[in-house]
Amino acid sequence: MLLGMRCKLSWRGVREGGAGQAAISLFALPFLTTAALGFVWRANSAPAQGAAAQTTAAIAATRASNTGLTAATPRSAGLNIVVLDPAHGGADYGARGAEGVRESEVVLEFAGQLRRGLESQGFQVVQTRLGNENPSFDDRSAIANAQQGAVFVSLHIASTGLPGTARVYVNSDLPTGPDPTGLIPWDRAQGPFLSLSKKLGDLVQAQLTQRFRGSPDVAQRAAVRQLRTTAAPAIAVELSSVIVENRNDLDRMAPGVAEAVARGVAAFRPTYVVAGTAGAQP
Amino acid sequence: MSPKWRLWLIAGLAILVGAAAIYLPTLRRQVKRTAKIVQQTEEQARRELTQAVTGNANGPRVKAKLFWAAGQDETKLTPVTVELPLSDDPILRSKQVLNTLLAGPVDTDLRTLPPDAALLEFYLLPDGTGIADFSEVLGTSIPSGIESEQLAIDSITRTLEANVPRVQRLKILIHGQEMDTLAGHLDLTGTFVVATKPAVAPAKPAKAS
Repeated sequence: MLLGMRCKLSWRGVREGGAGQAAISLFALPFLTTAALGFVWRANSAPAQGAAAQTTAAIAATRASNTGLTAATPRSAGLNIVVLDPAHGGADYGARGAEGVRESEVVLEFAGQLRRGLESQGFQVVQTRLGNENPSFDDRSAIANAQQGAVFVSLHIASTGLPGTARVYVNSDLPTGPDPTGLIPWDRAQGPFLSLSKKLGDLVQAQLTQRFRGSPDVAQRAAVRQLRTTAAPAIAVELSSVIVENRNDLDRMAPGVAEAVARGVAAFRPTYVVAGTAGAQP
Repeated sequence: MSPKWRLWLIAGLAILVGAAAIYLPTLRRQVKRTAKIVQQTEEQARRELTQAVTGNANGPRVKAKLFWAAGQDETKLTPVTVELPLSDDPILRSKQVLNTLLAGPVDTDLRTLPPDAALLEFYLLPDGTGIADFSEVLGTSIPSGIESEQLAIDSITRTLEANVPRVQRLKILIHGQEMDTLAGHLDLTGTFVVATKPAVAPAKPAKAS
Protein backbone atom coordinates (compact mmCIF):
# COMPACT_ATOMS: atom_id res chain seq x y z
CA MET A 1 0.00 0.00 0.00
CA LEU A 2 2.82 2.27 0.86
CA LEU A 3 4.83 1.49 -2.18
CA GLY A 4 5.05 4.49 -4.38
CA MET A 5 3.12 6.69 -2.03
CA ARG A 6 4.39 10.20 -1.94
CA CYS A 7 4.94 11.50 1.52
CA LYS A 8 5.74 14.96 2.59
CA LEU A 9 8.35 15.22 5.24
CA SER A 10 8.15 18.29 7.32
CA TRP A 11 11.17 19.02 9.47
CA ARG A 12 10.72 22.07 11.59
CA GLY A 13 13.38 23.72 13.47
CA VAL A 14 16.43 23.25 11.39
CA ARG A 15 16.68 26.98 11.15
CA GLU A 16 15.86 29.79 13.52
CA GLY A 17 12.29 31.12 13.50
CA GLY A 18 10.74 28.11 11.94
CA ALA A 19 11.27 29.31 8.39
CA GLY A 20 13.24 26.30 7.52
CA GLN A 21 10.59 23.86 6.62
CA ALA A 22 11.97 21.40 4.25
CA ALA A 23 9.73 19.46 2.00
CA ILE A 24 11.24 16.25 0.93
CA SER A 25 9.52 13.90 -1.35
CA LEU A 26 9.95 10.36 -0.24
CA PHE A 27 8.99 7.24 -1.94
CA ALA A 28 8.26 4.17 0.11
CA LEU A 29 10.45 4.09 3.12
CA PRO A 30 9.66 0.82 4.78
CA PHE A 31 13.31 0.15 5.49
CA LEU A 32 14.01 3.34 7.32
CA THR A 33 14.49 2.83 10.99
CA THR A 34 14.15 5.25 13.80
CA ALA A 35 17.79 4.98 14.71
CA ALA A 36 18.92 5.62 11.17
CA LEU A 37 16.98 8.81 11.07
CA GLY A 38 18.23 9.90 14.50
CA PHE A 39 15.92 12.79 14.19
CA VAL A 40 15.70 15.75 16.41
CA TRP A 41 13.53 18.76 16.26
CA ARG A 42 13.67 22.26 17.51
CA ALA A 43 13.19 23.01 21.13
CA ASN A 44 10.66 25.71 20.43
CA SER A 45 8.34 23.32 18.71
CA ALA A 46 7.31 22.29 22.21
CA PRO A 47 3.76 22.82 23.34
CA ALA A 48 4.97 25.31 25.92
CA GLN A 49 5.24 27.62 22.97
CA GLY A 50 2.07 26.38 21.44
CA ALA A 51 3.36 23.83 19.05
CA ALA A 52 3.33 20.10 19.03
CA ALA A 53 6.45 18.67 17.54
CA GLN A 54 6.07 17.85 13.90
CA THR A 55 8.17 14.85 13.40
CA THR A 56 9.55 13.00 10.50
CA ALA A 57 6.69 11.83 8.44
CA ALA A 58 8.98 9.26 7.00
CA ILE A 59 8.50 7.25 10.14
CA ALA A 60 4.79 7.78 9.90
CA ALA A 61 4.86 6.47 6.40
CA THR A 62 6.89 3.50 7.48
CA ARG A 63 4.43 2.62 10.17
CA ALA A 64 1.30 3.68 8.37
CA SER A 65 0.60 0.27 6.97
CA ASN A 66 0.51 -1.12 10.50
CA THR A 67 -1.79 1.46 11.93
CA GLY A 68 -4.14 2.26 9.12
CA LEU A 69 -3.23 5.94 9.12
CA THR A 70 -1.30 7.60 6.34
CA ALA A 71 1.10 10.45 6.88
CA ALA A 72 -0.80 12.53 4.40
CA THR A 73 -4.15 12.16 6.15
CA PRO A 74 -5.63 15.66 6.28
CA ARG A 75 -6.59 16.70 9.79
CA SER A 76 -8.00 19.73 11.40
CA ALA A 77 -5.88 21.51 13.97
CA GLY A 78 -6.08 20.53 17.62
CA LEU A 79 -6.20 17.21 19.37
CA ASN A 80 -7.53 14.69 16.89
CA ILE A 81 -5.56 11.53 17.31
CA VAL A 82 -5.07 9.12 20.16
CA VAL A 83 -2.21 6.70 19.80
CA LEU A 84 -3.04 3.56 21.77
CA ASP A 85 -0.15 1.40 22.83
CA PRO A 86 -0.98 -2.12 24.00
CA ALA A 87 2.29 -2.88 25.80
CA HIS A 88 4.53 -5.90 25.19
CA GLY A 89 3.59 -8.49 22.53
CA GLY A 90 5.34 -11.25 20.62
CA ALA A 91 7.60 -13.29 22.87
CA ASP A 92 7.32 -10.63 25.56
CA TYR A 93 4.16 -11.52 27.44
CA GLY A 94 4.67 -8.88 30.11
CA ALA A 95 3.18 -9.76 33.49
CA ARG A 96 1.85 -13.28 33.80
CA GLY A 97 -0.68 -14.60 36.26
CA ALA A 98 -0.89 -18.05 37.77
CA GLU A 99 -4.11 -18.66 35.86
CA GLY A 100 -2.36 -18.11 32.56
CA VAL A 101 -3.39 -14.48 32.15
CA ARG A 102 -0.89 -12.70 29.94
CA GLU A 103 -0.56 -8.93 30.02
CA SER A 104 0.23 -8.69 26.30
CA GLU A 105 -3.03 -10.42 25.34
CA VAL A 106 -5.28 -8.60 27.80
CA VAL A 107 -4.04 -5.13 26.85
CA LEU A 108 -4.61 -5.87 23.16
CA GLU A 109 -8.23 -6.75 23.88
CA PHE A 110 -8.61 -3.68 26.09
CA ALA A 111 -7.20 -1.54 23.29
CA GLY A 112 -9.98 -2.75 21.00
CA GLN A 113 -12.67 -1.63 23.46
CA LEU A 114 -10.86 1.61 24.16
CA ARG A 115 -10.59 2.29 20.48
CA ARG A 116 -14.35 2.13 20.08
CA GLY A 117 -14.83 4.42 23.09
CA LEU A 118 -12.46 7.00 21.68
CA GLU A 119 -13.89 6.84 18.19
CA SER A 120 -17.32 7.50 19.62
CA GLN A 121 -15.85 10.71 21.07
CA GLY A 122 -14.70 11.72 17.60
CA PHE A 123 -11.05 10.79 17.87
CA GLN A 124 -9.01 9.07 15.24
CA VAL A 125 -7.23 6.12 16.84
CA VAL A 126 -3.86 4.71 15.86
CA GLN A 127 -2.52 1.55 17.50
CA THR A 128 1.14 0.73 17.92
CA ARG A 129 0.28 -2.91 17.37
CA LEU A 130 -2.82 -4.66 16.11
CA GLY A 131 -1.67 -8.22 16.61
CA ASN A 132 0.85 -10.24 18.55
CA GLU A 133 3.93 -8.38 17.39
CA ASN A 134 6.33 -6.50 19.63
CA PRO A 135 7.54 -3.20 18.21
CA SER A 136 10.49 -1.64 20.01
CA PHE A 137 10.00 1.24 22.43
CA ASP A 138 11.36 3.63 19.82
CA ASP A 139 9.14 2.25 17.06
CA ARG A 140 6.09 2.77 19.24
CA SER A 141 7.15 6.32 20.08
CA ALA A 142 7.86 6.97 16.41
CA ILE A 143 4.24 6.25 15.56
CA ALA A 144 3.09 8.89 18.04
CA ASN A 145 5.81 11.35 17.10
CA ALA A 146 4.77 11.22 13.49
CA GLN A 147 1.28 12.53 14.26
CA GLN A 148 0.28 16.11 14.73
CA GLY A 149 -2.14 16.88 17.52
CA ALA A 150 -1.96 13.47 19.15
CA VAL A 151 -1.82 12.06 22.65
CA PHE A 152 -0.24 8.75 23.59
CA VAL A 153 -1.82 6.20 25.92
CA SER A 154 0.15 3.09 26.86
CA LEU A 155 -1.87 0.22 28.37
CA HIS A 156 -0.48 -2.13 31.02
CA ILE A 157 -1.65 -4.77 33.49
CA ALA A 158 0.44 -5.02 36.66
CA SER A 159 1.39 -8.14 38.54
CA THR A 160 0.93 -6.35 41.87
CA GLY A 161 -1.49 -3.91 43.46
CA LEU A 162 -5.01 -4.02 44.75
CA PRO A 163 -7.10 -5.97 42.20
CA GLY A 164 -9.67 -3.83 40.45
CA THR A 165 -7.73 -0.58 40.71
CA ALA A 166 -6.16 1.54 37.97
CA ARG A 167 -3.24 3.94 38.07
CA VAL A 168 -2.06 6.53 35.58
CA TYR A 169 1.65 7.30 35.26
CA VAL A 170 3.41 10.19 33.64
CA ASN A 171 7.13 10.36 33.07
CA SER A 172 9.28 11.64 35.89
CA ASP A 173 11.16 14.86 35.34
CA LEU A 174 13.60 14.86 32.49
CA PRO A 175 16.42 17.32 31.90
CA THR A 176 14.91 19.90 29.60
CA GLY A 177 17.65 22.49 29.52
CA PRO A 178 18.42 24.04 26.17
CA ASP A 179 20.64 21.92 24.02
CA PRO A 180 23.62 23.77 22.47
CA THR A 181 22.18 22.98 19.06
CA GLY A 182 18.71 24.22 19.97
CA LEU A 183 17.34 20.76 19.23
CA ILE A 184 15.60 18.28 21.46
CA PRO A 185 17.27 14.89 21.46
CA TRP A 186 15.09 11.90 20.73
CA ASP A 187 15.84 10.30 24.07
CA ARG A 188 14.38 13.27 25.95
CA ALA A 189 11.47 13.93 23.63
CA GLN A 190 8.93 13.81 26.46
CA GLY A 191 10.66 16.63 28.35
CA PRO A 192 8.73 19.61 26.91
CA PHE A 193 5.41 17.76 27.21
CA LEU A 194 5.65 16.81 30.88
CA SER A 195 3.22 19.41 32.21
CA LEU A 196 0.65 18.58 29.52
CA SER A 197 1.11 14.88 30.22
CA LYS A 198 0.47 15.51 33.91
CA LYS A 199 -2.71 17.43 33.07
CA LEU A 200 -3.93 14.62 30.82
CA GLY A 201 -2.91 12.03 33.42
CA ASP A 202 -4.82 13.75 36.20
CA LEU A 203 -7.95 14.02 34.05
CA VAL A 204 -7.86 10.34 33.11
CA GLN A 205 -6.99 9.28 36.66
CA ALA A 206 -9.95 11.23 38.04
CA GLN A 207 -12.26 9.36 35.65
CA LEU A 208 -10.73 6.01 36.58
CA THR A 209 -10.97 6.71 40.31
CA GLN A 210 -14.70 7.37 39.94
CA ARG A 211 -15.10 3.89 38.48
CA PHE A 212 -12.50 1.88 40.35
CA ARG A 213 -12.44 2.40 44.11
CA GLY A 214 -9.05 2.35 45.76
CA SER A 215 -7.31 3.93 42.78
CA PRO A 216 -5.17 7.02 43.45
CA ASP A 217 -6.64 10.50 43.06
CA VAL A 218 -3.97 11.89 40.80
CA ALA A 219 -1.52 10.61 38.23
CA GLN A 220 1.83 9.46 39.57
CA ARG A 221 5.31 10.04 38.22
CA ALA A 222 7.58 7.17 37.23
CA ALA A 223 10.51 6.72 34.88
CA VAL A 224 8.48 4.78 32.32
CA ARG A 225 10.76 3.94 29.42
CA GLN A 226 8.00 4.01 26.81
CA LEU A 227 6.98 7.55 27.64
CA ARG A 228 10.47 9.11 27.59
CA THR A 229 10.86 9.14 23.79
CA THR A 230 7.33 10.23 23.03
CA ALA A 231 6.93 13.80 21.78
CA ALA A 232 3.29 14.24 22.75
CA PRO A 233 1.26 14.34 25.93
CA ALA A 234 1.79 10.74 27.07
CA ILE A 235 0.45 8.58 29.87
CA ALA A 236 0.64 4.95 30.92
CA VAL A 237 -2.47 3.34 32.37
CA GLU A 238 -1.79 0.31 34.55
CA LEU A 239 -4.52 -1.95 35.91
CA SER A 240 -4.24 -4.41 38.78
CA SER A 241 -3.64 -7.16 38.19
CA VAL A 242 -2.83 -10.37 36.34
CA ILE A 243 -2.94 -12.14 39.71
CA VAL A 244 -6.71 -12.53 39.55
CA GLU A 245 -8.33 -15.87 40.20
CA ASN A 246 -10.71 -15.38 37.34
CA ARG A 247 -9.84 -13.68 34.07
CA ASN A 248 -13.40 -12.34 33.93
CA ASP A 249 -12.55 -10.04 36.84
CA LEU A 250 -10.11 -8.23 34.56
CA ASP A 251 -12.40 -8.32 31.56
CA ARG A 252 -15.11 -6.64 33.58
CA MET A 253 -12.84 -3.63 33.98
CA ALA A 254 -12.52 -3.06 30.23
CA PRO A 255 -15.72 -1.01 29.60
CA GLY A 256 -15.00 1.22 32.60
CA VAL A 257 -11.42 1.77 31.54
CA ALA A 258 -12.49 2.54 27.98
CA GLU A 259 -15.08 5.05 29.12
CA ALA A 260 -12.76 6.67 31.66
CA VAL A 261 -9.89 7.13 29.22
CA ALA A 262 -12.17 8.38 26.46
CA ARG A 263 -13.76 10.96 28.77
CA GLY A 264 -10.42 11.99 30.21
CA VAL A 265 -8.93 12.55 26.78
CA ALA A 266 -12.06 14.42 25.67
CA ALA A 267 -11.78 16.69 28.72
CA PHE A 268 -8.15 17.33 27.86
CA ARG A 269 -8.91 18.26 24.26
CA PRO A 270 -9.62 22.00 24.79
CA THR A 271 -6.35 22.52 26.66
CA TYR A 272 -4.19 21.11 23.90
CA VAL A 273 -3.92 23.53 21.02
CA VAL A 274 -1.53 22.87 18.19
CA ALA A 275 0.57 25.74 16.87
CA GLY A 276 -0.59 27.71 13.92
CA THR A 277 -4.24 27.50 14.81
CA ALA A 278 -6.38 30.41 15.76
CA GLY A 279 -6.34 30.86 19.49
CA ALA A 280 -3.20 28.82 19.97
CA GLN A 281 -1.96 29.05 23.49
CA PRO A 282 1.49 30.40 24.07
CA MET B 1 25.44 -61.98 5.72
CA SER B 2 23.79 -65.11 6.92
CA PRO B 3 20.31 -64.88 8.49
CA LYS B 4 21.82 -65.98 11.82
CA TRP B 5 24.24 -63.01 11.93
CA ARG B 6 21.56 -60.65 10.78
CA LEU B 7 19.41 -61.81 13.70
CA TRP B 8 22.30 -61.24 16.13
CA LEU B 9 22.90 -57.79 14.69
CA ILE B 10 19.27 -56.77 15.01
CA ALA B 11 19.12 -58.14 18.55
CA GLY B 12 22.29 -56.22 19.47
CA LEU B 13 20.94 -52.98 18.03
CA ALA B 14 17.64 -53.46 19.84
CA ILE B 15 19.49 -53.90 23.14
CA LEU B 16 21.50 -50.74 22.47
CA VAL B 17 18.37 -48.71 21.68
CA GLY B 18 16.68 -50.03 24.80
CA ALA B 19 19.67 -49.15 26.96
CA ALA B 20 19.82 -45.66 25.46
CA ALA B 21 16.12 -45.12 26.08
CA ILE B 22 16.62 -45.97 29.74
CA TYR B 23 19.86 -44.03 30.18
CA LEU B 24 19.12 -40.80 28.30
CA PRO B 25 16.39 -39.44 30.62
CA THR B 26 18.65 -40.14 33.60
CA LEU B 27 21.52 -38.35 31.87
CA ARG B 28 19.30 -35.35 31.09
CA ARG B 29 18.20 -35.13 34.73
CA GLN B 30 21.82 -35.24 35.86
CA VAL B 31 22.83 -32.46 33.46
CA LYS B 32 19.95 -30.27 34.64
CA ARG B 33 20.80 -30.88 38.28
CA THR B 34 24.47 -30.09 37.73
CA ALA B 35 23.63 -26.86 35.88
CA LYS B 36 21.36 -25.79 38.73
CA ILE B 37 24.03 -26.49 41.33
CA VAL B 38 26.62 -24.49 39.36
CA GLN B 39 24.21 -21.54 39.04
CA GLN B 40 23.39 -21.51 42.73
CA THR B 41 27.04 -21.80 43.64
CA GLU B 42 27.94 -18.77 41.51
CA GLU B 43 25.17 -16.71 43.03
CA GLN B 44 26.08 -17.79 46.55
CA ALA B 45 29.77 -17.11 45.97
CA ARG B 46 28.96 -13.64 44.69
CA ARG B 47 26.79 -12.94 47.69
CA GLU B 48 29.37 -14.26 50.14
CA LEU B 49 32.07 -12.22 48.46
CA THR B 50 30.13 -8.96 48.67
CA GLN B 51 28.99 -9.65 52.23
CA ALA B 52 32.54 -10.40 53.31
CA VAL B 53 33.88 -7.20 51.81
CA THR B 54 31.24 -5.01 53.36
CA GLY B 55 31.03 -6.64 56.73
CA ASN B 56 32.36 -4.61 59.62
CA ALA B 57 31.18 -6.58 62.60
CA ASN B 58 33.50 -4.88 65.05
CA GLY B 59 32.52 -1.31 64.18
CA PRO B 60 30.15 0.77 66.26
CA ARG B 61 26.51 -0.05 65.55
CA VAL B 62 24.42 2.80 64.23
CA LYS B 63 20.77 3.07 63.37
CA ALA B 64 20.22 2.57 59.66
CA LYS B 65 16.91 3.37 58.02
CA LEU B 66 15.79 0.86 55.40
CA PHE B 67 12.72 1.19 53.20
CA TRP B 68 10.56 -1.89 52.84
CA ALA B 69 7.03 -2.26 51.51
CA ALA B 70 4.35 -1.13 53.91
CA GLY B 71 2.41 -4.11 55.22
CA GLN B 72 -1.11 -2.73 54.77
CA ASP B 73 -0.50 -1.03 51.48
CA GLU B 74 2.02 -2.85 49.34
CA THR B 75 2.22 0.08 46.97
CA LYS B 76 3.91 2.27 49.58
CA LEU B 77 7.19 2.14 51.43
CA THR B 78 7.75 2.34 55.13
CA PRO B 79 11.02 3.10 56.96
CA VAL B 80 12.37 0.42 59.27
CA THR B 81 15.24 1.14 61.64
CA VAL B 82 17.91 -1.52 61.89
CA GLU B 83 21.11 -1.36 63.93
CA LEU B 84 24.12 -2.04 61.74
CA PRO B 85 27.89 -1.64 62.12
CA LEU B 86 28.06 0.92 59.31
CA SER B 87 31.34 2.07 57.83
CA ASP B 88 32.21 5.76 57.47
CA ASP B 89 33.36 5.15 53.93
CA PRO B 90 30.40 6.02 51.65
CA ILE B 91 31.09 3.16 49.24
CA LEU B 92 31.30 0.52 51.95
CA ARG B 93 28.35 2.09 53.71
CA SER B 94 26.29 1.96 50.52
CA LYS B 95 27.17 -1.70 50.06
CA GLN B 96 26.23 -2.47 53.64
CA VAL B 97 22.80 -0.85 53.52
CA LEU B 98 21.98 -2.23 50.06
CA ASN B 99 23.04 -5.75 51.05
CA THR B 100 20.87 -5.50 54.15
CA LEU B 101 17.99 -4.27 52.00
CA LEU B 102 18.51 -7.20 49.62
CA ALA B 103 18.67 -9.65 52.51
CA GLY B 104 15.26 -8.21 53.26
CA PRO B 105 12.67 -8.60 55.98
CA VAL B 106 11.60 -11.98 57.29
CA ASP B 107 8.08 -11.32 56.06
CA THR B 108 8.28 -11.86 52.31
CA ASP B 109 5.26 -9.60 51.72
CA LEU B 110 7.37 -6.65 52.80
CA ARG B 111 10.12 -7.36 50.29
CA THR B 112 10.67 -4.92 47.45
CA LEU B 113 13.58 -6.79 45.87
CA PRO B 114 13.94 -10.43 44.83
CA PRO B 115 15.52 -12.53 47.61
CA ASP B 116 18.17 -14.05 45.37
CA ALA B 117 19.36 -10.78 43.81
CA ALA B 118 22.86 -9.66 44.74
CA LEU B 119 24.75 -6.38 44.71
CA LEU B 120 27.87 -7.13 42.69
CA GLU B 121 29.64 -3.79 43.10
CA PHE B 122 29.06 -0.21 44.10
CA TYR B 123 30.99 2.79 42.81
CA LEU B 124 30.80 6.44 43.75
CA LEU B 125 31.84 9.18 41.35
CA PRO B 126 33.19 12.49 42.63
CA ASP B 127 30.01 14.32 41.54
CA GLY B 128 27.92 12.19 43.91
CA THR B 129 26.67 9.71 41.33
CA GLY B 130 26.48 6.23 42.80
CA ILE B 131 26.62 3.26 40.47
CA ALA B 132 25.08 0.08 41.77
CA ASP B 133 25.75 -3.08 39.82
CA PHE B 134 23.22 -5.81 40.57
CA SER B 135 23.02 -9.43 39.45
CA GLU B 136 20.68 -10.34 36.60
CA VAL B 137 18.17 -11.77 39.05
CA LEU B 138 17.11 -8.25 39.96
CA GLY B 139 15.63 -7.82 36.49
CA THR B 140 14.38 -11.33 35.91
CA SER B 141 12.76 -12.07 39.29
CA ILE B 142 11.10 -8.78 40.08
CA PRO B 143 7.33 -8.75 39.48
CA SER B 144 6.69 -7.11 36.12
CA GLY B 145 4.85 -3.80 36.22
CA ILE B 146 5.37 -0.06 36.56
CA GLU B 147 4.22 -0.07 40.19
CA SER B 148 6.40 -2.94 41.40
CA GLU B 149 9.48 -1.77 39.51
CA GLN B 150 9.07 1.79 40.78
CA LEU B 151 8.68 0.47 44.32
CA ALA B 152 11.94 -1.47 44.00
CA ILE B 153 13.82 1.57 42.72
CA ASP B 154 12.28 3.81 45.38
CA SER B 155 13.31 1.42 48.16
CA ILE B 156 16.91 1.50 46.92
CA THR B 157 17.12 5.27 46.42
CA ARG B 158 15.36 6.16 49.65
CA THR B 159 17.52 3.75 51.64
CA LEU B 160 20.63 5.36 50.16
CA GLU B 161 19.25 8.85 50.79
CA ALA B 162 18.62 8.04 54.45
CA ASN B 163 22.00 6.49 55.13
CA VAL B 164 24.59 7.75 52.65
CA PRO B 165 24.34 11.52 52.18
CA ARG B 166 27.21 11.57 49.69
CA VAL B 167 25.12 9.74 47.09
CA GLN B 168 23.13 12.32 45.15
CA ARG B 169 21.88 10.21 42.27
CA LEU B 170 21.98 6.58 41.33
CA LYS B 171 22.75 4.69 38.16
CA ILE B 172 21.72 1.05 38.10
CA LEU B 173 23.61 -1.54 36.08
CA ILE B 174 22.66 -5.17 35.66
CA HIS B 175 25.67 -7.47 35.63
CA GLY B 176 27.91 -4.59 34.58
CA GLN B 177 25.70 -3.55 31.67
CA GLU B 178 23.37 -0.63 31.13
CA MET B 179 19.90 -2.05 30.52
CA ASP B 180 16.96 -0.36 28.80
CA THR B 181 14.54 -1.28 31.56
CA LEU B 182 14.45 -3.07 34.89
CA ALA B 183 11.74 -5.62 34.01
CA GLY B 184 10.13 -4.16 30.92
CA HIS B 185 8.89 -0.82 32.26
CA LEU B 186 11.20 1.29 34.42
CA ASP B 187 13.86 3.17 32.52
CA LEU B 188 17.42 2.28 33.56
CA THR B 189 19.20 4.37 30.96
CA GLY B 190 19.31 7.47 33.13
CA THR B 191 20.01 8.16 36.77
CA PHE B 192 17.56 8.25 39.65
CA VAL B 193 17.52 11.17 42.05
CA VAL B 194 18.62 10.05 45.50
CA ALA B 195 19.03 13.28 47.42
CA THR B 196 16.92 16.30 46.64
CA LYS B 197 19.22 18.48 48.71
CA PRO B 198 22.88 18.77 47.70
CA ALA B 199 25.34 17.14 50.07
CA VAL B 200 26.95 19.53 52.54
CA ALA B 201 30.64 19.81 51.83
CA PRO B 202 32.85 19.12 54.83
CA ALA B 203 33.80 22.36 56.57
CA LYS B 204 37.25 23.60 55.71
CA PRO B 205 39.54 24.05 58.69
CA ALA B 206 40.05 27.70 59.54
CA LYS B 207 43.37 29.11 58.46
CA ALA B 208 45.73 29.86 61.28
CA SER B 209 46.44 33.57 61.34
